[in-house]
Amino acid sequence: MSNATLSPQHGSLRGATLPKWFAWAVAAGSLAVGYGISAAAGLESDIQWALIAAVLFVVGSYGISAKVEGSRQAKDRTATSLVWVAFLLAVIPLASLLWETAERGVKVLDGYFLSHSMGVVADAEPGGGIYHAILGTAEQVGLATLISVPVGVLTAIYLVEYGRGKLAKAVTFFVDVMTGIPSIVAGLFILSLWILILDMGPSGFAGSLALSILMIPVVVRSTEEMLKLVPNELREASLALGVPKWRTILKVVLPTSIGGIITGVMLAIARITGETAPVLLLVWGTDFINANPFQDPQESLPMYIYLQWANSGGSGAAFDRAWAAALTLIGFIMILNLLARGIARWKAPKTGR
Amino acid sequence: MAKRIDVSGLNAYYGSFLAIEDISMTVEPRSVTAFIGPSGCGKSTFLRTLNRMHEVTPGGRVDGKVMLDDENLYGAGIDPVAVRREVGMVFQRPNPFPTMSVYDNVAAGLRLNGKYKKSQLDDIVEKSLRGANLWNEVKDRLNKPGSGLSGGQQQRLCIARAIAVEPNVLLMDEPCSALDPISTLAIEDLIGELKERFTIVIVTHNMQQAARVSDRTAFFNLAAVGQPGKLIEIDDTERIFSNPSVQATEDYISGRFG
Repeated sequence: MSNATLSPQHGSLRGATLPKWFAWAVAAGSLAVGYGISAAAGLESDIQWALIAAVLFVVGSYGISAKVEGSRQAKDRTATSLVWVAFLLAVIPLASLLWETAERGVKVLDGYFLSHSMGVVADAEPGGGIYHAILGTAEQVGLATLISVPVGVLTAIYLVEYGRGKLAKAVTFFVDVMTGIPSIVAGLFILSLWILILDMGPSGFAGSLALSILMIPVVVRSTEEMLKLVPNELREASLALGVPKWRTILKVVLPTSIGGIITGVMLAIARITGETAPVLLLVWGTDFINANPFQDPQESLPMYIYLQWANSGGSGAAFDRAWAAALTLIGFIMILNLLARGIARWKAPKTGR
Repeated sequence: MAKRIDVSGLNAYYGSFLAIEDISMTVEPRSVTAFIGPSGCGKSTFLRTLNRMHEVTPGGRVDGKVMLDDENLYGAGIDPVAVRREVGMVFQRPNPFPTMSVYDNVAAGLRLNGKYKKSQLDDIVEKSLRGANLWNEVKDRLNKPGSGLSGGQQQRLCIARAIAVEPNVLLMDEPCSALDPISTLAIEDLIGELKERFTIVIVTHNMQQAARVSDRTAFFNLAAVGQPGKLIEIDDTERIFSNPSVQATEDYISGRFG
């Protein structure tokens, strides 16, 4: 084979190309070889042969493509396969986590489980449910949202539309600092302020306060980004019509960005729903239904999961309940995310004719 | 309806940078005045001082006098929001509100400023869209998003939106620079009709356009980059394009500039 057939002459627009199924063929081939090698070497872990196959795939597609198509196409294929390998590496643990939770969680997850508390069930016995935990989580997260959304959105409006100079810089700085606060620190702060200094008892509301500390910076940040995306031309168009600035913000800027803001809020809610540390410190937990978030301990889903595991004494029934509660929590967050996407699509500025 | 603008000794700043220096001119009611000049000479800045939009830019600051008939726009106690209701503006890029329908875009200025009955709004929207030569094209899609129109239609929608609040003066900042020749022609025809009712000031980079649409033309220039822009001369358009009194104007118009 002469070199001329491998790399096209300068000026020619045609080059040798590998067929579309090439990537799939290499993938299948490297999987087979990887599996063969590990079987021959007696490797037991699935991860080992999968990694061997991944390396073979990247190296193999580069080698063959470099021989047939030339080095530029080979580099292109290498980049593409690296992206695919990274994608699979990221997705596999996620999928396996979901699968594991679903598989173990469905055992006791039924209507009874969702509608009953642990009031008369000992930790090691089967039966009982998570109604009190769902109720507690919904109330605590709801209250935290009621506190955080107005504060967060108004702060973001100040920063984007009004804030100039030192005050705005200081606010931005503290929002950045707040983003990094560990949840246990937020919990300890409310513990010392609400329970130790103000002498209030543990309650769902105390938990909501700590959750707000975690939620506000997320809401500020996402809302700020969304408001910055609104083109200045729209603000000027509205101002030039003689509309006051506050009405411009209310009627033009916010409606244009509301989809993104709601998405940001939903994601912030999803984030705080899974918080355990501040809830453990401030809400304490209970096996009974307490619908009043302002008085006496409540339960919440993440705390329920932890306590079922911690107090189980190795009982399978408690483990099953913990898994089912985890599945419920994931489902709850997934529904929130879907809701956020739906609202974002529904509220997005329309470009259709 | 239309009012006279009388500017004297006007300076505009961005922070400490003097962008335009000592501008004085008169804009006659029911006429079209065109601003021409090289980029960066302060035409748009000057235009934005005429409805107090300049101060919307961070650091924007103005001193001098802009008289709208007998009221100084920069006088004590003048509300910039009220000024902008009297002096409307159309921008370089069409900017309809993306969340609003064609109808809501035109009604926006009224709705955001007060309460109107539906029948009243219907009348004003139709009148404004007819005034902007857009009614026949959009009458069947008034409830569709305004951003679904073509660029030229969007710009006429913005003009309809601006004239719906019945201003006295209409400022246009290069209204055709993002449009094709046919849409440009539609807008130029429209400007000819609108000058019966409004005082119109238009910034343009297209000298043929200035010659076609305007009654008077002002030439702006700057000595060098970093120097403030100045008004070189203002005169009847015919005179500016045939026999200007300043050499720099002739150089610019005949393409011998720079």
